[in-house]
Amino acid sequence: MRFWDGYKGSSFLELLAIEHPHFEPDVRRWFDELGQLPATAHGTTCIGLRFADGALVAGDRLATMGYQVASRDIQKVYATDGYSIMAIAGAAGPAIEMARLLGIQFEHHEKIEGEPLELEGKANTLSQLIRQNLPAAMQGLVVVPIFAGFDLRRRTGRVWRYEVTGGRYEEREFDAVGSGSIFAKESLKKSFRVDATRDEAIRMALEALKDAADEDRGTGGVDLERGIYPTLKTCTVRGIESVSDEEIARAHREVLELRRRPVEA
Amino acid sequence: MAFPFYVNPEQMTQDKAEFARKGIARGKSIVTMEYAGGILMVAENPLRLQKLGEIYDRIGFAGVGKFSEFDRLRKMGIQWADVEGYRFSRDDVRAKALANFYSQALGEEFTRSNKPFEVEIVVAEVGDDGLAGNERNALYRVGFDGTIQDQEGYCTIGGSVDSLQAHLAANYRQGLSLRDALRLGRDTLQRADNGQADLAASKLEVAVLDRTRAGRHFRRIAPEEIREHLTR
Repeated sequence: MRFWDGYKGSSFLELLAIEHPHFEPDVRRWFDELGQLPATAHGTTCIGLRFADGALVAGDRLATMGYQVASRDIQKVYATDGYSIMAIAGAAGPAIEMARLLGIQFEHHEKIEGEPLELEGKANTLSQLIRQNLPAAMQGLVVVPIFAGFDLRRRTGRVWRYEVTGGRYEEREFDAVGSGSIFAKESLKKSFRVDATRDEAIRMALEALKDAADEDRGTGGVDLERGIYPTLKTCTVRGIESVSDEEIARAHREVLELRRRPVEA
Repeated sequence: MAFPFYVNPEQMTQDKAEFARKGIARGKSIVTMEYAGGILMVAENPLRLQKLGEIYDRIGFAGVGKFSEFDRLRKMGIQWADVEGYRFSRDDVRAKALANFYSQALGEEFTRSNKPFEVEIVVAEVGDDGLAGNERNALYRVGFDGTIQDQEGYCTIGGSVDSLQAHLAANYRQGLSLRDALRLGRDTLQRADNGQADLAASKLEVAVLDRTRAGRHFRRIAPEEIREHLTR
């Protein structure tokens, strides 16, 4: 048993890389030997936005594999700790694993050091994970998340978007990722207000997701038949709260009432 | 050429043990006990360098002796637990396996190195009513030489363990409220040879593994809350 020569830092990711390297997939070798990857599930539209009390993150529930449905109720929005949320778009497998690793990393650091990372530090950790994923991304396993949370020191919600190289850009208003993101962003562009209340923010997000699902075949809408609703989570000074399905259903009905056109005779 | 002197292994083991015991006896003690709502850990510790720590969802750690040494053990435990939970599932991380891991590590260090660790630790695990087979709490005490004991109800580490255990044996009963358990913990610590007669709330470090919480059960109790429990 090694006492003083083991890894002593506070990073779980480094601990894995140094002490347990066999956990890391050798992505380059996969591609060298396999040539091309078999079809994998992909995630689709996720939104992150700031509002008066903090940040809100929303995502649809559909995963597709080519032209087929891989899952109707996949989770794309993850609480990575008590005050941060990650929403995933891209290859579902690596993206979900990334969210899981990120959660462990935050908890590990908090336990080792006795206090949590700054929100900025958490966002930066995700950058590094995405950068490490670049070889896989070049082969099609792209992971492009949104990261949001409540900054307890600055008392405000914050939202970041990422690019495949690990580039990290903080958004002052909102952002969306995934195949339907262009429509979601067009929708938010018109409805967004940074001083929106929680209810208004929920409404903005829901409308944006609806607009994305309307135009993009890879984005799932509200599935009334099975009772599957998009995921919405808020992060405020009180921590993370999930918006209940009942509340989403109610807001959804209101949007429908406004948009519904009469049947022509 | 110099020949190493022959040293009687029995003598060497005794010397090392005596050395470790002396080091541990210099420090303050820690009391851990089961109460109605989980497991309580109380340490006399006015400093910000903590002796109690969170290891995993249902597992807590308490260490006495040399700070650098038990804090290294605490961090090793967190590393072990997080890797185990990552490799398998969160429910697979168990205190018994962790206590064994500590026991192996300390035992080997005791035999191999010239200076044994001057530490004693407790690994506590709160039960989970929703998980069949895991309902009961567990308290493991691991000594400087790797000896491991499975304790029921309560467990003390540090100097003057005997008098503390005697006080607990006479006064502890099952199903204490948090308030009563905290008072008993404070009174017990006051009986240590190097303990203080009137331990103020500000000199206590208190944490619980709260059975009623979901997910991470470890919670530190703030000085104001300790004061409230002790005065009212």
